[in-house]
Amino acid sequence: MSVDSDRRRLPARSSLWNDANTRAILYQIVIAAAVVLAGWYLFSNAAANLATRNIATGFGFLHREAGFEIGEHVIDFTASSTYGRAFVVGILNTLKAASIGIVLATILGTLIGISRLSSNWLIAKLASVYVEAIRNVPLLLQLFLWYILINSLPGPRQALNPIAMVYISNRGLRLPTFSDHPVHWVMALLFLVGIAGTVFLSRRARRKQAETGRRSPVFLPGVALIIGLPLIAFLAAGAPLAIDKPELKGFNFLGGIDLSPEFAALLFGLVVYTAAYIAEIVRAGILAVPKGQSEAALATGLPKSRVLRLVVLPQALRVIVPPLTNEYLNLTKNSSLAVGIGFPDLVSIGNTTINQTGQAIEGFAMMMAVYLTISLLIAASMNWYNRAIALVER
Amino acid sequence: MSSAAQTLSDQGPPSGMTGPVAWARANLFNSWTNSILTVIALYIIVRVGWSLIGWGIVNAEWTGNAAACHKAAGACWAVIHEKFRLMLFGTYPYAQQWRPALAIVLFLAMIPPSCVRQIWNRWLLVAWAIVLFVMGWLMFGGLGLPTVQTSNFGGLPLTLMLSIVGILFAFPLAMVLALGRRSRLPVVRSFCIGYIEFFRGVPLISLLFLASAMFPLFMPVGVTIDGLLRAQIAVILFAAAYMAEVIRAGLQALPKGQYEAAEALGLSYPKRTVLIVLPQALKIVIPPLVNNFIGTFKNTSLVVIIGLFDLLGTIKLATQDPVWRSFSFEGYIFAAVLFFVFCFFMSKFSQYLEKLLSRSKTR
Amino acid sequence: MDEAPIIVMQSVHKWYGEFHVLRDINLSVAKGERIVICGPSGSGKSTLIRCLNRLEEHQQGRIAVDGIEITSDVKNIDAIRREVGMVFQQFNLFPHLTVLQNCTLAPVWVRQMPKAEAEALAMKYLERVRIPDQASKYPGQLSGGQQQRVAIARALCMNPKVMLFDEPTSALDPEMIKEVLDVMVELANSGMTMLCVTHEMGFARTVADRVIFMDRGEIVEQNEPERFFSNPQSERTRLFLSQILAH
Repeated sequence: MSVDSDRRRLPARSSLWNDANTRAILYQIVIAAAVVLAGWYLFSNAAANLATRNIATGFGFLHREAGFEIGEHVIDFTASSTYGRAFVVGILNTLKAASIGIVLATILGTLIGISRLSSNWLIAKLASVYVEAIRNVPLLLQLFLWYILINSLPGPRQALNPIAMVYISNRGLRLPTFSDHPVHWVMALLFLVGIAGTVFLSRRARRKQAETGRRSPVFLPGVALIIGLPLIAFLAAGAPLAIDKPELKGFNFLGGIDLSPEFAALLFGLVVYTAAYIAEIVRAGILAVPKGQSEAALATGLPKSRVLRLVVLPQALRVIVPPLTNEYLNLTKNSSLAVGIGFPDLVSIGNTTINQTGQAIEGFAMMMAVYLTISLLIAASMNWYNRAIALVER
Repeated sequence: MSSAAQTLSDQGPPSGMTGPVAWARANLFNSWTNSILTVIALYIIVRVGWSLIGWGIVNAEWTGNAAACHKAAGACWAVIHEKFRLMLFGTYPYAQQWRPALAIVLFLAMIPPSCVRQIWNRWLLVAWAIVLFVMGWLMFGGLGLPTVQTSNFGGLPLTLMLSIVGILFAFPLAMVLALGRRSRLPVVRSFCIGYIEFFRGVPLISLLFLASAMFPLFMPVGVTIDGLLRAQIAVILFAAAYMAEVIRAGLQALPKGQYEAAEALGLSYPKRTVLIVLPQALKIVIPPLVNNFIGTFKNTSLVVIIGLFDLLGTIKLATQDPVWRSFSFEGYIFAAVLFFVFCFFMSKFSQYLEKLLSRSKTR
Repeated sequence: MDEAPIIVMQSVHKWYGEFHVLRDINLSVAKGERIVICGPSGSGKSTLIRCLNRLEEHQQGRIAVDGIEITSDVKNIDAIRREVGMVFQQFNLFPHLTVLQNCTLAPVWVRQMPKAEAEALAMKYLERVRIPDQASKYPGQLSGGQQQRVAIARALCMNPKVMLFDEPTSALDPEMIKEVLDVMVELANSGMTMLCVTHEMGFARTVADRVIFMDRGEIVEQNEPERFFSNPQSERTRLFLSQILAH
């Protein structure tokens, strides 16, 4: 073997510097050091600045009295409440706008997405005009327009009354609601029980189908459970149905649910804007299932309803769900534009707090933490869903 | 037999399958539900269209004063006529407003040639560099022109500047982040993931507040940064995170064989990246990148909330005039039209590119 | 043979996680030798040749190419990749570069050759693979067979001492296999050291000096083609040959 004699053409001893692994470690140390140094530099500057401004760091300010009013609050809040409580009010307001917005935007977006694929030329065209118009104008600008529009509506005395018991005025939206009754909570509980029961039924039916080949009915018993159980409770309690309807008293309405102009503008804006994006996602998802799929399923003799449920929908959902969750996240983050029209969301309240206390670092850290938590939760639930359908797929 | 085939192929479609009536029957009234939907839609279009025409055109006041506007039943476009310069250029010195105007004209003039595939070459890039430099010179002044403070920047030029500079600086940062996120080195990868996920997880408006409140804190004592620059930096950092994800999609779409072939030829990591990976990956993601630019352009409108006078800010400013106060709606409609024109054009451009690029792939 | 072997593999092992892909590989290849490696899919034959230019990392044992040890030393890896050309199953031409640019890329950027010289060299090899007229086209405009011949020319432009072929004809339509094999035969006749993973047994018979049969990560049998085909020693080889030659 003269391999060794051949080695003389190489650098005598390969240096440590040339080793790929050593290099990798070295690069990483250098980069980490640079980041840490930069962070330390910024931090020390901040500390020096805070010292010259006499701002004490820490979260103690959360227990201090806020001293400002918040127009809308889900939980009790007055000017004498603490900053901490104001912060919670902000989180709840953001969640309120986001959760209602997500539900409505999904409904509207799905409708428009399906309309874009309609065989009716006019409907398809209208839907695409909607999508183009909405997507090409900044959301903040749309919020401004909605807000001005709502504020230019007639006052409560001349309120618009498009449907019975719904009033639209420059004080916002008034909707009727059911008066509280303890049985409503029981009904809600039974509703959930009904859903759980239906899931159980369908699991059992599937097992039975796997074993015996026969499929027992699930749909009708399921409907009976979900609607029937609460209905029985409702009737048993003597059908306590009182509608709390809005009524004009003096210069404003009493009763019913009240949506402030700010909240209504925010909600309209978010829903209309996000629905345009959801529509495109839904459309793309439906188009993504090749026609051959439903043809192949029909050719195997599956009934049409089962084709949609077993073949088309699972594939379309696999395309739709990831970008849809992303849109939900966007809606949640976009709800922070509320600050532009004066709805007291998390960013708006956080900003007021920071301006009053000067606790910028703590305030922003808390705000960011909340948004990142929401993002992570939504991302995690999407991952969970993706894993679940990936299993179904195999 | 052959003659039968002949007559069959020569035969036109049955009568009533062409022409507008047939078209309407096939596309609007092809079923009962569709017929009902068509009628309802037509009714709504006519009703809404009629009142919009009445408000926006027939009953609108175009050039009169505020009193005339209050009397008119329709829109008050006179507010735009009256406050045109303020809305477009903000508080930029009145006598110097030809400069931002010229900058915008230069920018718009560069767009048509940039859309032609045949002249995408080095010279186009050089031309863009020169134009951008001239635009900056026009805006800031110096070299013979009187300098203008950034606090006087406003309106459409400011919106365009925030977007263009934002995209120009975010792009290289995004490339580094996208490559870093796919790096084999865990420290690099986790830094990049952390950066991208942080900026994608928080709303831009909170970053803008953060920038305006915290940048002064992070600077050495006594050093201040210009308010416009703070917002610009926030826009860049934010846009880069989203852009990085777009570019990463392109990197992932590249077949593994391309990386391996480049490696087998002995090309080092930087050479592989610059010569083989980036040219292909970026080409794949041009259409989504343009969409990303649209997003950045729309997002710059948020700076109005931290008190900068972008297009929305100047319209707010113009309609704060007590005489015209009640006509801010018309002002914002004007802004919406401007935004729409820019964004609509860009989204059509991205669709055109998508078609163009998918065609060249199958060639 | 008094000359030093150009490739030496001594007790080379490799694992993918728990999976043992290469088991105790011992191989020595002389300069100018032409070797065909065959075996069922998943037997580790591609992995073996990909270890020779460090597209894959081996975890145990020793590999030396042209006297250069393959370790994690970056300089060594660069040196080896300059000496070893590789042709892939999927061609892997760079679609954004012309045929000529594909061929001049490595000479210019790795060997720092002047552009004119690199182009002359590229044209020489494009002529050898019989497609000089396609030099200014893009890979997407060529047929599979033409692309694979460009890929061979691209590898040759680095003047490698060893050529590795990883199933070069598997992704081709049947009518294009011959044009690629012809080029490979010509290359073999010119004295190039070649390691070829392929199932083209006709090619193995006519040009190979040695045929290696791999199964489950180990070298089961190696012999000169004549004896390998007429008198396989192992039961596994016999089974494999009967399956592959059956049709």
